[in-house]
Amino acid sequence: MSIITTPTTTPRGSHKQDPPQQRSRRRVEPIFYLFLVPSLVLFTLAITVPGIIGIFFSFTDSIGIGDWEFVGLTNYIAIFSDPAILQSYLFTFGFSIVTVIAVNVTAFLLAVGLTSRIRMKSALRTVFVIPMVVSGIIIAYVFNFLFSNSLPSLGAAAGIPWLESSLLANPDFAWVAIVLVTAWQAVPGALLIYIAGLVAVPADVYEAAEIDGASKFQQLLKITLPLVSGYVVINIILGFKGFLNAYDIIVGLTNGGPGTSTRSIAMTVIAGFNGGDYAYQMANATIFFVVAIVISLVQLSLTRGRNAL
Amino acid sequence: MTNGSMTNKSSFKVERVNWSTTTILVLCAVTVLLPLYVTVSMAFKTQGQAVDGNAFSFPAPFSLDGFVQAWTLTNFPVGAAMSLLVTAGTVLATIVLAAFASYAIVRNWERRLFRYSFFYLLGAMFIPFPVVALPQIQLTGRLGLDNPLGVILLATMFQLSFSVLLFTAFLRSIPMELEESARIDGATTWQTFWKLIFPLLAPMSATVGIFAFLYAWNDFMMPSLIISDPALQTLPVRQNLFQTQFSNNYHVSFASYLMAMAPAIVAYLFTQRWVMAGVTQGAVKG
Repeated sequence: MSIITTPTTTPRGSHKQDPPQQRSRRRVEPIFYLFLVPSLVLFTLAITVPGIIGIFFSFTDSIGIGDWEFVGLTNYIAIFSDPAILQSYLFTFGFSIVTVIAVNVTAFLLAVGLTSRIRMKSALRTVFVIPMVVSGIIIAYVFNFLFSNSLPSLGAAAGIPWLESSLLANPDFAWVAIVLVTAWQAVPGALLIYIAGLVAVPADVYEAAEIDGASKFQQLLKITLPLVSGYVVINIILGFKGFLNAYDIIVGLTNGGPGTSTRSIAMTVIAGFNGGDYAYQMANATIFFVVAIVISLVQLSLTRGRNAL
Repeated sequence: MTNGSMTNKSSFKVERVNWSTTTILVLCAVTVLLPLYVTVSMAFKTQGQAVDGNAFSFPAPFSLDGFVQAWTLTNFPVGAAMSLLVTAGTVLATIVLAAFASYAIVRNWERRLFRYSFFYLLGAMFIPFPVVALPQIQLTGRLGLDNPLGVILLATMFQLSFSVLLFTAFLRSIPMELEESARIDGATTWQTFWKLIFPLLAPMSATVGIFAFLYAWNDFMMPSLIISDPALQTLPVRQNLFQTQFSNNYHVSFASYLMAMAPAIVAYLFTQRWVMAGVTQGAVKG
C-alpha cells in the first residue's frame, strides 16, 4: 500500500513544487494529529477499553456491580462443561454453516441469471437487493406472523397436517425458519459480490467453450465457478462471520425458543446482563472473541494476494 | 439490453433475450416482495379483515385505522425523532471522522504512528458487538450515555473501520499534483481538505453515508441494550410492543412496521448506485 505514496513523491523532488512536500515529510503538520486523534481517542474509549474491561472481569466473580474477587480460570473451566453454552455454540455454528450454503447457492444462481441476457435486468436487481435494506427485527416480526398464522391456516385449508402447527413452535425445526429469514436478508450482499465477479469474466472465454461444444451447464461448472472462486471464498467468510453474531432476527422469530433450542451465542452473552452472571458471560464473550479472531485470520490468509490493494 | 429490440430487425447471431431465465427470476422476485406485500396490505386492512387469517388478501375496504392507532400506541413522532437523531448523528460523525482520519493516515503513511493507527482502527472489523456489549452497557450507563447519544458514539465507532478502508483506498488514487497546486496558491491543509479533498471524496462519502444510515436506522440490538429509557427508544425497538401487548391487533402492528421500514427502502431506491458499489468495494478491499 505504501508503494503508491512513497515512489510517486521521490521523483518529484527535482521539481520546484517540492518545498511543502519535503516539509511534510520531515515534520508532520500538527493539523494531521487533529484529524487523527479524535477517531483514535473515541475508538479507544468505545471499543478498546470495554474490551479490556471485559477480559479483565472474565477472571473475576463480578456480578456487574459491587465487590468482586479474582477467581482465575474458574469461569472458563465452567463454560466448557456448561450444556447451555455448548448448545448455543452448536446451534450458532450449525445454523451459520447451513445459512452460508443456502445463501451462496441461491446468490450464485441468481447472479448467473441476472448477468445473462434477460429482460428487466435493472428492475430485477433493484428488487433483489431490497431485503438487505430492511430492518432485521421488523422483517423477522413479519415472517413470525407468516410462520405462525398464515402458513398454519394454509396448511389447514389444504389438509396438510404437519403444516397446521407453527414452524416456530417446533423445537426440532424452528431453526429452519431462522435460516430462511436470515438467508432472505443475506442473499443480496452475496449476490452483488457475485455479480461483480461474473461481470469481470471475459466473454471470449465462453465463446471459445461454445465452439468446443460445451453445454451451458458445463460452462457454468468448468469455467464460471473456477473463475469466481475468489468471490466464493469472500462470500463464505463474510457471511459466516456475520451469521455467528446472529441476534436481531432470532429475537424477532423465536426469541431463542422453543425452550432454549435456538439461542445464539450473542443471546447467551447478552442474557448475562440481566442474569447476574456478568463475569461468567464475559468469559464466554472472550472465547467468542478468540473464535472471531481465528476466523478473521483464516480470512486474511485465504484472501491475501487475491485483491490488488 | 439494446439487443432485445435489435434482434427482430438485424442479425440473428446476436443472442436473443433469455425468456425462461427472465421468468424464473421474476418468480424469485415475487418471493422477495411477498413479505413486503403482506406488510403493506395488512397495514391498510380493518381490524376485522386483519384477523380473518388470510394474510394475502387485498385490503377491502381500505382503512387507515391501523396507522392512526400505531401512531399513538408507539408514540411514533418521538420514536421517529429518536431514529432520525441516531441515524443523522451516526452518518455525519462517521463521514467526518473517517474522512479526517483517512486523510491524515494516507498523507503521513511513512510515519509509524499513522500506519499503525490504520490497522488499529481496522481492528474493529474483527470485534463483534456482542463481545464488548456488556462492558459498554455498564460504561455508557456510568457516563450518562445510556441514551441516543451513546448509540451514536458506539455505532460510529463500529462503522469506522469499513469507512476508513473505503476512504483510504480512494485517497491513495488521488494524485498529489492536485493538492500541490492548491498549496502553491497558499491554501492551508485545513482549507485543502475542505475545498479540494472532501469534495473529491463525495462518491465515497455517499457510500459510507448510506451504509451508516442503513445500519443506524435498522439496528435493534445496540439501541435496545444501550438506551435505558424506553421513551427515548428508536423505531425498531418500539415494535416489541406488539409481541407482548396488542399482539392481536395485526393491522396496527403491520402499519407500525411499515412506517418504521419505509424510510430505509425509500432511501435505498434513491441511492441504489452507492449501495451496490459499497457492497462490492467493501468486500474486495476487506
